[in-house]
Amino acid sequence: MIKVLLFAELEEKAGQREIEYDMEEVSVKELRNKVQEDFPNITGMERAMAALNEEYAGEDTPVHKDDLLAFIPPVSGG
Amino acid sequence: MAKGIETMSENNFKVTYEPLNVEETIKKVADRNAGAINTFIGTVREMTNEKKTLKLTYDAYVPMAEKKLAQIGREIAADIPEAKIAITHRIGELEISDLAVVIAVSTPHRADAFEGSRYAIERIKEIVPIWKKEHWQDGEMWIGDQLETTSYPEGKPLYKEATEDD
Repeated sequence: MIKVLLFAELEEKAGQREIEYDMEEVSVKELRNKVQEDFPNITGMERAMAALNEEYAGEDTPVHKDDLLAFIPPVSGG
Repeated sequence: MAKGIETMSENNFKVTYEPLNVEETIKKVADRNAGAINTFIGTVREMTNEKKTLKLTYDAYVPMAEKKLAQIGREIAADIPEAKIAITHRIGELEISDLAVVIAVSTPHRADAFEGSRYAIERIKEIVPIWKKEHWQDGEMWIGDQLETTSYPEGKPLYKEATEDD
C-alpha cells in the first residue's frame, strides 16, 4: 500500500487524514491527480507541496509501495 | 562537522501539545562559551487588522516538523559553528497570548545570536509543516502562506541552502 497523508484544509475537505492506495509505483504528480479525482471537493491541492517519507519531493519523484506521501498546504507555524 | 551540532540533541527540536516553558528551552542551549542567548517567542495575537481572533488551533505533521526544525538548527550551525539552537513549537488549541513557539540560540557573541533566532523564525514559516487555524466570531479558516508570497508554483518549498546569507 501507498499511504497518503492530508493536512489542514486538505484534510478538512477530504474528511480524513489518511488514504491508502494499492499501487506499486506512481509519480507524485499522478498521486496528486488521483487524490483530487477521488475527493473532488478538495481545494488548494495545486498549492500543496509534496513530502515523500518526510522529505520534500518534486512532482516527478516516483512513489513506491510502502512509501508515505504527504501533501502539505502552505505552512503557517510560528 | 559544526561544533554546536555535536552537542545539540534531537530533543532540542520538539513539537508538543503542552504549554511552553521558556526556561526549559533556554536551558537546552546553555553553554560555558556562550556570551549571549537570544530568545524569540511567538504568541497568539488577538487583532489582525480589523479581525478579532477568538482562539487558534495549530496542527502539525509532527515527525516531519521536528526533522525540519532540526534542519533549521543545522543550517544556523553551518553558518555559525559555535551556535546552539533549541526550538519548541506548541500545537493544539491556543488562547490569546499563549506561547506558540519558543526559539533559543546561544553563541559566543550577541550579533550571531540575534541573527540565528531571526533566521529560525523566518525559516519556520517557510519549511516546517505546521498550520494554524484562526477562529473568529464569524467563522474559521486554516491559514496558509504567511509569508504573503504567491503560492508555490512548482509544488516545492522555497528551499534555501544554509550557506546563503540570512
